[in-house]
Amino acid sequence: MTTHLPPHGQNFDPWLDSYAARAATLSVSEVRALFSVVSRPEVVSLAGGMPFVSALPHEVLNQSYENMMAKRGNAAIQYSGGQGDATLREQIREIMALEGISSSVDDLVITTGSQHGLELLSGLFLNPGDVVLAEGPSYLGALGIFRHYEAQIEHVYTDENGMSPEALAESIENLKRQGKTIKFLYLVPNFANPSGVTLSAERRAPILELCRKNHILVVEDNPYGLLYFNEPVPKALRSMDEEGVVYLGSFSKIMAPGFRVGYVLAPPAIRDKMVLAQESALLCPSAFTQMLISEFLANTDWKGQINTFRGVYKERKDAALQAMHDFLPNLQTTRPDGGFYLWITLPEGVDSKAMLPLAVKELVAYTPGTAFFGDGTGQRNLRICYSFPTPENIRVGIKRLANVINLQTELLDTFSHKES
Amino acid sequence: MIPESKLGSKLKVQILAGGISHERDISLKSARRVADALAEIGVTTVIREPDFDLLKNIQTDKPDVIWPVLHGATGEDGSLRDILAMTGVPFVGATGDSARLAWDKPTAKALVAREGIQTPASIALPKEAFKELDVDSVLAAVTNHLSMPVVVKPARSGSAHGVTIVEDAKHLSRALVDAYVYCDVVLIEKYVAGTELAITVINLGAGEIALPPVEIEPVDGRFGFNERYTAGETNYFVPARLEQNVIKRACDMAIKAHEVLGLRHLSRIDVIVDEQGVPWFLEANVVPGLTEISLVPQAIHAAGNSLGEVYYSLVETAFRSR
Repeated sequence: MTTHLPPHGQNFDPWLDSYAARAATLSVSEVRALFSVVSRPEVVSLAGGMPFVSALPHEVLNQSYENMMAKRGNAAIQYSGGQGDATLREQIREIMALEGISSSVDDLVITTGSQHGLELLSGLFLNPGDVVLAEGPSYLGALGIFRHYEAQIEHVYTDENGMSPEALAESIENLKRQGKTIKFLYLVPNFANPSGVTLSAERRAPILELCRKNHILVVEDNPYGLLYFNEPVPKALRSMDEEGVVYLGSFSKIMAPGFRVGYVLAPPAIRDKMVLAQESALLCPSAFTQMLISEFLANTDWKGQINTFRGVYKERKDAALQAMHDFLPNLQTTRPDGGFYLWITLPEGVDSKAMLPLAVKELVAYTPGTAFFGDGTGQRNLRICYSFPTPENIRVGIKRLANVINLQTELLDTFSHKES
Repeated sequence: MIPESKLGSKLKVQILAGGISHERDISLKSARRVADALAEIGVTTVIREPDFDLLKNIQTDKPDVIWPVLHGATGEDGSLRDILAMTGVPFVGATGDSARLAWDKPTAKALVAREGIQTPASIALPKEAFKELDVDSVLAAVTNHLSMPVVVKPARSGSAHGVTIVEDAKHLSRALVDAYVYCDVVLIEKYVAGTELAITVINLGAGEIALPPVEIEPVDGRFGFNERYTAGETNYFVPARLEQNVIKRACDMAIKAHEVLGLRHLSRIDVIVDEQGVPWFLEANVVPGLTEISLVPQAIHAAGNSLGEVYYSLVETAFRSR
């Protein structure tokens, strides 16, 4: 019945044939659309990794703002240098020193959140087909950038002590045999997103040694290191290797993400290119938020504030683990000593992504495990973020989650043996 | 009649959008587009969530007309519409009763079939049925009755959530699981190959008319969630690449389905035209998508109208039908 009418209809994108190949990695997602409901108060969201910013007193921020405007008002609303505010860079040295890092203020670059630092770094290093090694699972925001630069993401076996050096050695050997170019080892070594695990002190030196030997740059992403519950984390990888490690830090978790201020500590040659890339991309990071943070650091008890956050998150982690114990006692979960996340392993056959619509119907949201792998695995896992909901809501959310998992398990039990 | 006080001034519209459904995001996008289109012709709108403050907001906003642009549950299942009816404020779209019948796909199919409209053979299976019956024999009976391929879809859902075309009976159980996460009842429908049409039916006070059908041709063959909401993933043809008499048959069928289901001012009837030119009713959309790449706006443009004018006519029609 088809007649000879125009071969191409309207597709709402006249530029479809003009995009760069890498734009193919950007598409709408059904899961992302489902997350729209998390803004409704009826839904307990254990999904997004949001800090509990209400623990940061507004009056303190207001005072910092007034001081900043009085002292540096015009500079704060002016263009600034591409490397970032020198005063703030001095103060960041003090923060990094808490994790054993000593550095020159010249080697620091302020970025628009550490996410932007990772984006700049990826733009500098990654050609299509280059390999990025990462923990399995790894931070989804980083995986998105690596995918956008058409890199091949290779996950390395990771257990409760972080990435396994033996597995890393094996991966490197395999990839070299295949003639692949490995550009980065991307690590979130402390209270990792999404697993919550910390790379043990014993594993840090062997991993650095392997990377040095194979000329692989280590990208150490450390937004959670200061948010420990009991013991401080082991010394930063950057403190053990100045030439082979690029260190990413952030104020998003120790202050608030709305400022969008992060920083990169890089060897001088990389730093120079990062500054040029940053100037090319956005001229300069926001002077306003840098100076506000600088004022906050100069005139408030910022270490006390981090302590407050630790207390809040520890209470919530305890609530989450207690609820897991009470409602989902048979499921395997990580037991983090800091940070925001639990990593849950579901019963055999349960796919966390496929189950998400049911969870949304039952008014609880989580992040499916597949989001944290570049190779489609992680179906049996999900991430719970306990940082934002109150302990009471965490308990309600996990109780609902238990109901969802039971419903889904029951459904799968009914049909599973029918699937060939 | 529009009261004297309203002559010469535009009616004030409250748009309800968001809600707690799987289609919340699409609802919010649709609502913003409706608000933009109405704003272009000088209509004042306010977008509200159907939440705890629903009734308070209606009292505060004092809208002349409410437009529930809520996809999915509460927006389409009739419950919210019943509440709106109680407030006495006129609203755009189907009444609660009609929405309830049309939103439930098996019910809508049964109602239109009773009036002689062709719709693919199907069976609706509640999840509970599998607890009582032997799964193997039920699936074998379904396979035997409908024969492959079939379309498995949640009985009450939209935006192609949970929809699978099953070519091989061995994948039927997986498709059922994927549909049951959206709804406790699943419709298994005989797959009809052909040309997919979306037909917008509107009633601006002078009876139902069908706007030019939009032919849907997904680039990769499946019109799923991503293909619906990603520009470039689907080609749309208006007019549809079909003979005029076939298009007319499909439009007549869509109008009849709209009337049978009592959908009042606006609906989108999804139809498949088989290779013999026979239109088959698939489902009725009580609150069709109104995003920038949705099917209804395409049909309005294809009919030579502006969105703002048609939307405002719908608002006026709703106001008059108090």
